[in-house]
This record gives sequence, structure tokens and C-alpha cells, in this order.
Amino acid sequence: MKTTATESRAVVGTRFGERIRLNLQPFYWLMLALILLAAFIPIVTGSSNLREQLFLVLMAVILASSVNIIMGYTGYVSFGHIVFFGIGGYIAFFLMLNYQVHLVPAALVAGIAASGLALLIGIPVLRLRGAYFALATIGINEAVRSFVNNFEPFGGSVGMFFNVQVFEAYGGSRNALWLAYYGIVAVALLTVTASYLIKRSKFGLGLMAIREDQDAAQVLGINPTRYKVAAYTISALFPALAGAIFFFKNGIIEPAPAFNLTASIVSLVAVMLGGFGTVAGPIIGGVVYDRLREFLLTSSIFSSLHVAIAGVLLLLIVLFVPAGLIGELRRRIPILRRFIE
Amino acid sequence: MNLEALLASGIDGLMLGFVYGIAAMGLTLIFGVMRVINLAHGPIIALGMFSVYLLTNQLGLNPYLAIPITVLLGLAFGMVMYFVAVNRVINEPELTTLLATFAVSLIIIGLGTVAFTTTPRALDVNLGALRSGQITVLGTKAVAVLIAILVAAGLYALLYRTRVGKSIRAVANNRSAAEIMGINTRGILAFSFGLGTALAATAGGLIATLFAFTILSGGTFELKSFVIVVLGGLGNPTGALVGGILLGLLEGVFTIFIPVGWVPVIEYVIFVLILLVRPNGLFGART
Repeated sequence: MKTTATESRAVVGTRFGERIRLNLQPFYWLMLALILLAAFIPIVTGSSNLREQLFLVLMAVILASSVNIIMGYTGYVSFGHIVFFGIGGYIAFFLMLNYQVHLVPAALVAGIAASGLALLIGIPVLRLRGAYFALATIGINEAVRSFVNNFEPFGGSVGMFFNVQVFEAYGGSRNALWLAYYGIVAVALLTVTASYLIKRSKFGLGLMAIREDQDAAQVLGINPTRYKVAAYTISALFPALAGAIFFFKNGIIEPAPAFNLTASIVSLVAVMLGGFGTVAGPIIGGVVYDRLREFLLTSSIFSSLHVAIAGVLLLLIVLFVPAGLIGELRRRIPILRRFIE
Repeated sequence: MNLEALLASGIDGLMLGFVYGIAAMGLTLIFGVMRVINLAHGPIIALGMFSVYLLTNQLGLNPYLAIPITVLLGLAFGMVMYFVAVNRVINEPELTTLLATFAVSLIIIGLGTVAFTTTPRALDVNLGALRSGQITVLGTKAVAVLIAILVAAGLYALLYRTRVGKSIRAVANNRSAAEIMGINTRGILAFSFGLGTALAATAGGLIATLFAFTILSGGTFELKSFVIVVLGGLGNPTGALVGGILLGLLEGVFTIFIPVGWVPVIEYVIFVLILLVRPNGLFGART
């Protein structure tokens, strides 16, 4: 989005020049190693406090990286992307509560259902461009939220909550919380891998061509509808998985936190903070934003002002560092472009 | 099902629709002139509510005297907001301006929550009521409709009968051509943005005379404004007023036939469908 015409041409130019390879670069392994390393700390120390913090950090990374696929690579700003998080959470919760389905198959079913839904709504909605698309995604999220609010099988506005027996199938709530943690680590690794593979593939190149100029991309033989819908479908999968795990861990699901538009925009902020359209950007943005939020919430001076401070921060990024941390690094130190995606 | 209940509910909704219309006109005016969707619209509506509340309760003004002051405050706020948050990114793609205005919304909500907490406030305004069978017309609602009509007429006169209005329309039509014609586009953009926020604040002030509110109450009206703006066509103030009245009427009539909780479901489904089928609004040209 922020790349100027000349800059983007340069980027695409080098991509064509170096031939698109699907081999995994050291950069990818480095990212994966860092995430795994961080994920192992609570496993080794057994600290449940740290585990809960990392859970939220990884969730922020998942949400930011997945919305980046449709927003950063393809240029379609999905403002209401949290809708898939909520849908995934609700479907999995419903299965776990009423049919005693295990978390893993329940999450998978929820993920597939959310992707299927994205496929269905993506075909008409992705015809809209720019502000119209952003508005439509807000409308979809609000429509689903108000629907669930009235949908009795999902508990209506009260939501649903687990009884004690549900966690007993996992050997008690302690084991269940660890299972949720392993789950979120797995989903985070999956999301980052997908984000990287898409960026490095011909498919990703097509998406970025659509972002820069959809009509030109079409002339070059890209089927924009098919590409966009595919990107939207993939980007719906990971939030749904994360939602399934998150609400399993909480043991309760309600419409307001499941379809929270502010949480949706927070993941856009994380993408902007780290770097729009890069692989590492949403990861770093997710980590930094979540840590910052935690710091502001726990500090005695800032806790009541944390929303306002987040606003000031976002405004400063948008106005002065629109490319984000990674984007700015890549812009200033060209050699890094070969290593950091 | 009785006809009188339907009529009563319909009239009630219709009257509220005028206030919705004013709020939506603000949103659509800003979009029409500079292609910016102001995500701080809801919080500014809430600021309008608090402006009237504070002027009435702290300074002891009559609420209906507080409303014109709120209009001016809304105008000033919008112009400042334009120069701080929007001017620098005015030529960037939508995402940038969406996020910039969303940042302002976070700042208002954050500071507003600290200053006013989220305890509901209400203004004590009572202008009596007209009753006829089941039909009740509250005085406050009737005055709100009257003020909404005056504001809409004022905006129309400003846009179509003054030089500034001509400049606004010129800038909306083609910014660079307007600049070549010697129009100070930056000033016009700031003024238009201020007009949009002034309308939002006015709507907020009127809502404050009708319902209890908190700093977060603007959100509902912001979403309603989106629905209305899409009904009437993005960037079309007349369409927004008509769309607002239509939405108010629909809400009033729907509540008779279906449980209140389902009304927003229908509203948002209509919203998405209209975006898909008629993105220029019900009254706009077919694409």
C-alpha cells in the first residue's frame, strides 16, 4: 500500500530477476527457531504465568499474519477479519460442549467451516474495492455478531460455557491449558509458514500484482477473483483455529469478545506497526503491540490511558512511519531486502 | 397486529430517522469531498452528547442553546483533527486514512473513558407530549426533528447557495482542477471535514436530549450511519438524509413484526446486500 509505484516496480523486478524459488531460506528457519525458542521457555520452566502471556503474544502474531495475507499482500483491507476468529470459536465450542468432540478435531472442523464461509462470501464481496470492501467486512462482522446474539443454539447474548466435565476428558483443567498452549504454538508456526510460502510463491507474486494494479495484473493473465478469493479463504483459516483454541482455554464464549471490532483493528495496527506486506512485520508488530498493551495495562500510571496511548502510537506510525518497522528497515538498508521478507 | 401500534411505532422510528440522517450526512459529506471514511465518527457523536450535557449541567445553559454551541465546537474539532491526523495522508490509499481516523477514535475513547467513566448520563429535558390513542409524540423528539430539518436545510443552503459551498463541491468534483481555479483546497478540505464532524456532534447533541448515553454510545450510531450512507450512496448528503429517515422508519416498523434483537441482523444484511448490488446507493446511478 505504502510502496510508491517506482519502489514496487523495483521489488517486483528483482523478484523476476532472481527466479522464484520455493526453497526455504535461512530467514524462514530463523523466524521459526525464534518462535519455537520462545515457546519452549514456559514448557521448560513450567511457568503458567509466562505461558498465558506467550499464548496472547502468539495469538496476536496469528491474527496479524493472517490478516496480512489479504491486506498486506493483496491490498484488500479486511476490517472485520475477527469475524472468522469468532466463527471458529463458536463452531468449535458448540461441538466440544454438545458433542464432546476433542479440541483438535473441533478446531479443524471450525477452521474448515470458516474457510468455507470465507470462500462463499469472498466471491461477491471481493468484487468491491477500497473503502467499499472495508465497509462490507465491517458489515459482515456486525451482521454475524448480531445474528449470534439472537441465535439460541449458540446461547444467544449469554453465550456458552463449559461445565467441569469438559476439561476432565483432557485430564483436568491444568492439562487442558497446556494442550491449548501447544495448539496455539502449532497454529502460529503454521500461520508463519503459510505467510512465508505465499510471499515466496508465484501465487503471492500474483497477489502483490493485484495489490499494485488489479487491472494490469488481469492483463498479464492473472485471474484476480480466483487469486483474491484463495487468499481470503486461506487468511480465514488461522483466525478460526486460534479462536477455537482461545475460547476452549477460556471455557466461555460470548458474542461481544468473539466478534470484537476493536480487536480486529488491533491486528491491523500490529500489521502496520511491523510492516505491511512483509512476512516478519506482522510477527514483530504482533509481539511489540501485545507487549506494549500488557505494559500499559499493568503500569499504574498508564493503565487507564492505555487506549488513548495506543491511539497516539497508531497515529504516529500512520503519519510518519507508514512502512512499519520492517518496511522502514528494508527501505533504509537495501541489502536487508535479500534476507528479510 | 393492530394498525395503530404500527403507526405509533412507525412515527417514532421516522422521527428518530431524522437524527440518524444528520449523523449520516456528516459521514457522507467527508467521504464525498475527500474519499475519507471517518472512523472517529462515533466518538465525535459521543463528544457532541457530552458537549450538550456539560454545557447544560455545568454552565446551566438551556440544552437547546447548547446545541448551536456544540455545532461550532464540532466544526472547530473537525478542522483541528483534519490538520493533525488527515492532512498529511490525504492522498494516501483508504487504509491509511481509515487507520489515521481510527487512531483519533481510540484517543477520544481513551481520554473520554478516563474523563467521563462509562456510567450512563442522561439530560433531564421534558417538553411534554402529544397523545392521541396509542400514538405519543414526545416534545423532545418533535424538537429534535425540527432542529434536524433546520440543520439539513442549512447545509443545503451552504453547499448550493454560497461561494464556499461552490468551492466544496468543486473540490469534491476534481481537487486538482479546483486548485488550478485558485481555490484554497487545503482550507476547503479542512472546512468540509469540520462540517462533517459538526453534523456528527449535532446529531450527538440531539440524541443526548432523547436517550441516556455514555462515551461509548457513539458506536451504535456510527454503525447506523454506515448503513444509512450505503443506503443513500456514499458521498451523497441528500441520500443520507433520506436513508436515515428510511432506516428509522424500518426500525420502527420491524420492531412490531420481529423481536427487537433481530432488527440489527436485518439492518446489516441489508447493508452488505446493498453494497454488493447497488454500491452507489439506492438512489445513485447504477454501476
